[in-house]
Amino acid sequence: MRRLAPRPALAVAATLAVAVALVPLAYLVVRVGEAGWARVGAELLTRRTAVLAARSIALAVVVTTACTVLGVGSAFLVTRTDLPLRRAFAVLAALPLAVPTYVAGFAWVSTVDGFAGFWAATLVLTLCSYPYVYLPVVAALAGADPGQEEVARSLGKGAWRTFTGVTLRQVRPAVAAGALLVALYVLSDFGAVSLTRLDVFTRAIFTAMNLGFDRTGALVLATVLVALTALLLLGEALTRRGGARYARLGAGARRPPARHRLGPLRWPALAAVSALAALALGVPAASMARWAAQGVSRPGSLAEVAAAAGNSLWFAALGGALTLALALPVGLLTARAPGPVATALDRLAYLPHALPGLVIGLSLVFFGINVAFGLYQTVWLLALAYATLFLPLAVGAVGAAAAQAPPALEEVARSLGRGPAHVLRTVTIPLAAPGLGAGAALVFLTCMKELPATLLLRPTGQDTLATGLWTHTSVSAYAAAAPYAALLVLLSALPTWWLSVRTGAFAEGGG
Amino acid sequence: MAELRVTGVHKSFGRTPVLSRVDLTVPSGRLMAVLGPSGCGKTTLLRCVAGFEPVDSGRITVDGRDLTRARPERRRVTVVPQEGALFPHLSVFDNVAYGLDRAARKAGRVAEVLALVGLAGAERRMPHQLSGGQQQRVAVARALAPRPPVLLLDEPFSALDAALRFELRRDVRAALHADGATALLVTHDQGEALSIADELAVMRDGRIVQSGPPAVVYTAPADPWVAGFVGEAVWLPAAIDGDRAATPLGSLPVVGAGRGPQVLLRPEQLDVSDGQGGDGLRATVVRRDFHGHDAVLGLRLADGTEVAARVLGPAVPAVGATVGISVRGPVRAYQG
Repeated sequence: MRRLAPRPALAVAATLAVAVALVPLAYLVVRVGEAGWARVGAELLTRRTAVLAARSIALAVVVTTACTVLGVGSAFLVTRTDLPLRRAFAVLAALPLAVPTYVAGFAWVSTVDGFAGFWAATLVLTLCSYPYVYLPVVAALAGADPGQEEVARSLGKGAWRTFTGVTLRQVRPAVAAGALLVALYVLSDFGAVSLTRLDVFTRAIFTAMNLGFDRTGALVLATVLVALTALLLLGEALTRRGGARYARLGAGARRPPARHRLGPLRWPALAAVSALAALALGVPAASMARWAAQGVSRPGSLAEVAAAAGNSLWFAALGGALTLALALPVGLLTARAPGPVATALDRLAYLPHALPGLVIGLSLVFFGINVAFGLYQTVWLLALAYATLFLPLAVGAVGAAAAQAPPALEEVARSLGRGPAHVLRTVTIPLAAPGLGAGAALVFLTCMKELPATLLLRPTGQDTLATGLWTHTSVSAYAAAAPYAALLVLLSALPTWWLSVRTGAFAEGGG
Repeated sequence: MAELRVTGVHKSFGRTPVLSRVDLTVPSGRLMAVLGPSGCGKTTLLRCVAGFEPVDSGRITVDGRDLTRARPERRRVTVVPQEGALFPHLSVFDNVAYGLDRAARKAGRVAEVLALVGLAGAERRMPHQLSGGQQQRVAVARALAPRPPVLLLDEPFSALDAALRFELRRDVRAALHADGATALLVTHDQGEALSIADELAVMRDGRIVQSGPPAVVYTAPADPWVAGFVGEAVWLPAAIDGDRAATPLGSLPVVGAGRGPQVLLRPEQLDVSDGQGGDGLRATVVRRDFHGHDAVLGLRLADGTEVAARVLGPAVPAVGATVGISVRGPVRAYQG
C-alpha cells in the first residue's frame, strides 16, 4: 500500500548534479566525435585492442574476487567473532585505503626483484583496494538486525548456513557496492599497472598520449573503457534484486549482534589477518622507512614537502566538499524515490569513475582552454575533476546513510508540525551523519591520493604530495620521493582511522 | 475540540483505485476506528488524512478548515505509526518534545503526556532501552504532546502481545479522552475496533460500507459481509411473514428491512441449558472452542442445521452432549 512520494525538486537537483559530473565525459565524446568514424574504427578494431580488453577484464575479475573474499572475511572477523586484538585489526584492515597503488607498487618493485606482470599487478591492486569492500561491509554488519540471524539459527540452520543464508544477504548491498567500486577502480588504475609494466587500457592510453602524442588514439581507447564500465554497471543492475529495500523494519532499536566463538580457528584467523596487514601495510612501510631516512637529509626538502602537504589538504578538502554537495541529491533520490530516473542517474554517476583520471584531466584541460577559460589553472577545475571521478563513492555513502533514516520517521516528524528543512536537520541528517561522514572522509582520502588528474590540472607550480612523489619517482630519485610518500600515507591514515571509528568497527556495541 | 470530516475522497495508485468516495465524520473529541481487512485501503486513508499521500479528489477538513492540499506539517494532524517509529537518536524526552515549541517544552508538557500514557519519569531513557509496549506509549505521547486537534493511529497495537495490547488500548483510550483529542485509528482487529472506538467505520475495497456506534454496527450490520467481519455470525434460512420468521429454531421475532431468505443471529443470542426438563429445542454438541472466560459451542439440530452458541462460565458441556437451546432477542433478516 505504501508508496514513496515523488520528489520532483530532488530529482531536478540530482539531474543537475549528475549533469555537472558528466561534463568531462560529454566533452570526451565530443572530442572523439570530432576525430571522425573512420579514424575511430581504425583505432578500435585491432588485435591489440582485443588483447588489452581481455587483459583488463581478467585483471578486474581476479582482483574483485580476491577483494570480496578478503573484505567480507575481515569485516566478519572483526565485527562478529571473538578474534584476538579485533579492535586493532578493525583499524589495520581499513588502513591500506591510505596506500595509493603507485606507492604500494613502488614499494614492491623496489623490494622484490623482477616484480612485474599480471600477478604482480593483481597482488598490489588487491592489497590496496580490498578496504572498498571491507568498510561498507563492516558498517552493514554493525547495523544489521541480529534478530534475523537468531531466527535462522532457531530454524535449525547452523552457523555457516546462517552466515551464507542470512548475514551475507543482509550485507549484500554493501558487498555489491564495494565490489563494484573495486572493479571500477581496477579498470581505471594507472599507478600499479604502470609500475608492474602490465599493458592494460590505462597504460596504453598513457603511452599513446605521453609518448606518441596520439591524443585521438588515447581518447578512442578511453571510450572502450567507458563501454566496459557500462557493461559492468549493467551486469550489476541485472543481479540486483528489483525493489528490494534494506532499511531495517521492526520495533525496537538496534541491538549489538552476538559474537561467534572461533574456538580452535582463532589462531589461523589471527594469522590470516596478520599476514594481510603485513603484506598491505608492512611492505610499504618498510620500503618507505628504508628510503625516507636518506630523503629527509636532502637540503631544502622539508619546506618543499610541507608546501606540498598544504596543497594536498586544500585541494582534497575542496574536491571532497564539491563531491559531497553533488552526491547528496543523487544519493537521497536513489534511497527515497527509487525508480527509473533515480536508477539512471545513479548509473550515469558511476560512468566517469571508471575513466582514468588521466582522461578526465585531459578532457578538462581541453574544456578549460576551449570553454571555461575562467576556471583554467584554478583549483576549481581540479575540484570538478575530483567530483567527476569520485561521485560514486559519495553517492553510495549518501544512499546507505539515508537508508539508516527510514521515511516513516520523516513522516512522523512532518506530522508533528516540522517543515522539510527542520526534519532534514533534526532527523535525517543526525541519523545519516555517520554514513555521510564516512562518505566525506572516503572522498577526501581518495582526492588526496589521486595522481593523474592532479598532475594535469593543478595550478602551475603548486605540487601536491602525490605529484611531488611522482615527479621524483619518474626520475628514479627514490630517496627524494620517499618523504612525500611517507607524509601522504600519514595524512591519509587520519581520515581512514576516523572512518573506521565512525563505521563502528571500533565500537564494541555498548554491551 | 475539532471535527474531522472526509468527504468523497478518491485515491488510486496508477490505475488501481485504493479509495473510492470515502466519506467519514469523526465528531469532536471522539475516537473512530476504521476496521477493514488488510489491503482494503485503510492505511492509505490514514496517510491521505496525514498528508503523506495526495488525494485525487475529495475534501479533508478539520473544523471546516480545508486540509486537502495542505502539507503534512501544516495540518496539525499527528500520527502514531504501526511500529512506533521513535527517533532512535533522541531520548524519550526529545522524542516527545519534538513537535513542541520552547514554551510548551518549558511548561512541562512532556512530563504531562508521559504521565498520561503511564511512563512518568522515563524522560532520559533511549528508545532502544524500552520494551515494545513502552515504545508505543512514547509514540502516543509524542503524538499527543502538541495538542493536535486530530490524531491518527495506524494499527498501533498490532505488534504487541494480547495482554499488553488490552492494557495499552485502555490506557491510550483514556489518554486520548483526557486530552480531548479527536482520533482516527485503523485496525484489522474487530475486537480492538469494537472495544476502543466511540464510532466504528467498516471499510472494504476502498469504500466505507457502514459507520456508526460499535454496538449498532455489531447488532445491525449493513450487510452479511459486515455481519461476518465484525463478529461471529449464525445464519439461518428463514421464511418471513410480517414480524416473525420461520426458522429451524422455530418462529422468531425479526427486525431489519431485508425480507429473507436468511436471518442473522449472534452466538450469544442462543441460551444453552442442560436439556433436562421442558419441551424446548434439543441439539448435540459437535464442537467446543474454549476461551477461558467463555466458550463457543458448535451445535447440530435434529434436522442437521448447525449453529454456534456462546456460553459463559465454567460448566461447559462436552462434545457429544445433548443440550437444550432457546433464542434471546430478535433475529435480523437479510437478502441473499
